[in-house]
Amino acid sequence: MKRIEAIIRPSALRAVLDGLKAVGYSGVTVSEVQGHGTQKGITESYRGQSVEGLLPKLSMMVVVGDKQVNKVIQIISRTARTGEIGDGKIFVSPVLTAIRIRTGEKGEKAL
Amino acid sequence: MNALHRCLEFLKKKSVIILTAGFSFMTAFSAMAQTTVSATPAPAPATIPISAGDTAWVLASAALVMLMTPGLAFFYGGMVRRKNVMATIMQSFFLVALISVQWVIWGYSVAFGPGNDYFGGLSWMMLNNIGAVNANAPTIPHYAYMIFQAMFAIITPALITGAFAERVSFKGFVVFSLLWASFVYDPIAHCVWGGGCFKDALDFAGGTVVHMSSGFSALTLALLLGTRKNFKKESMVPHNLTLVLLGASLLWFGWFGFNAGSALQANELACNAFVTTNTAAAVAALVWCLIEFLHHGKATSLGAASGAVAGLVAITPACGYVNITGALWIGALVSVLCYMAIQIKVQMGYDDSLDAFGVHGVGGTWGAIATGIWAMKSINAAGADGWIASGHFTQVLIQIKTAAATAAYSVVMTIILYFIVSKTIGFRVDAKSEELGLDLSQHGEEGYSQNLG
Repeated sequence: MKRIEAIIRPSALRAVLDGLKAVGYSGVTVSEVQGHGTQKGITESYRGQSVEGLLPKLSMMVVVGDKQVNKVIQIISRTARTGEIGDGKIFVSPVLTAIRIRTGEKGEKAL
Repeated sequence: MNALHRCLEFLKKKSVIILTAGFSFMTAFSAMAQTTVSATPAPAPATIPISAGDTAWVLASAALVMLMTPGLAFFYGGMVRRKNVMATIMQSFFLVALISVQWVIWGYSVAFGPGNDYFGGLSWMMLNNIGAVNANAPTIPHYAYMIFQAMFAIITPALITGAFAERVSFKGFVVFSLLWASFVYDPIAHCVWGGGCFKDALDFAGGTVVHMSSGFSALTLALLLGTRKNFKKESMVPHNLTLVLLGASLLWFGWFGFNAGSALQANELACNAFVTTNTAAAVAALVWCLIEFLHHGKATSLGAASGAVAGLVAITPACGYVNITGALWIGALVSVLCYMAIQIKVQMGYDDSLDAFGVHGVGGTWGAIATGIWAMKSINAAGADGWIASGHFTQVLIQIKTAAATAAYSVVMTIILYFIVSKTIGFRVDAKSEELGLDLSQHGEEGYSQNLG
């Protein structure tokens, strides 16, 4: 099992969710985050004073079986891409196990 | 059980002390009031009849001015960090209650009582002996004038809270504000409006009394209290600009009562004040946005709100003496001056957190001087001709003298009151409470609940 964490533009959320749904992945957790990559943040100004601010992004977490990893990465990359700086990043990491709380099922069955 | 019992015993003991103190205080009041009744008969120009229209306008204006203080609460509340939003709003809201009571017991007497040139005395305590009307407003009942003035006394200490935002204890703030209202605001109001030492100065609606006194006290406190913890190390940007804009809008709305209501009659002069007020606020907001656009490439909402408030501050002393040309100049230039003052503040490194001095002190001083420049008798026969209308500087000099005296008195008294409060009950919170935020450390609640369950 792999945990796929994608940092995406808030405006890309709908397209990414629709893309995942079309191929049958419905389990996803999304949270609002702030940050910056190589393009740096945005300059804010308050009563003439400049402040370096962070950009609003969404962090999306999907856990899938090893065989589906490449497919999910493809879908996210395709749907979240605008080609401009700031499209985000995808991080993949291993997951030891998964447990469905309701039934106690373990491993890929619990996804 | 034992603890409860001890607690009840303690309350019993305390309540006896409080009641005794309260009772002797009241007795002293009435004794004083009775002895002075024959010595200072209130002026009663019975020849002018009470006007229903004037009374209605002044009462409505009093309600408008009341709304400015909650408006200021939102204006300041949006500018602080979220951990301090409730405590900041509470400071202004609490002052509505505190000064309302102070005003009817002794504040109005100190500010408007017969007294001497500097102090109205205590003969009008508990609103005793005040007579049917005040000589300043012969066409409305005395209570209408008194409650209209009460709202000015409330908002003035609330303006100062912007300078010490995010770092003072609630009890320190309460005691300081009560002392400040009694020993700074009330005497200055007496000097300018109560027939005291500044009666030649033109101050239509309180530029000197309200904005300069609070602005200079704010600067003094910002310097004495020192900066917020981690000032310039951590981000201290406004947490909710929508709240700031809501507050600025309520201030603008309430200011019509503040300025046009200060005509104390529903007449042409009130209309002049209304129109000059709106014009100055509008042009100041435009100019502030223009400056930001030239300086940073973007006009900001905080800039529009700050400009509007600065314009309102500056036109306050002038609104009943100047025409539209004057209002446009006063509004346009105040944004330039306040914007510059705030940039200089940043260079100097002191922490007037929400720019109480940068807007009210600087804007108030400019307004006081500008009144001496653009005032004209053709607008208000009771006023004077300023520099533009008369060609000489007499009125400008009177205005500067009054402004300087007000600033000096406010600074000196604020230093004294600061030391009294900080050496006794303490003014600033400890570093831990400041880090936690005043909402939790001072009130045990959160403005925005973070309860996840």
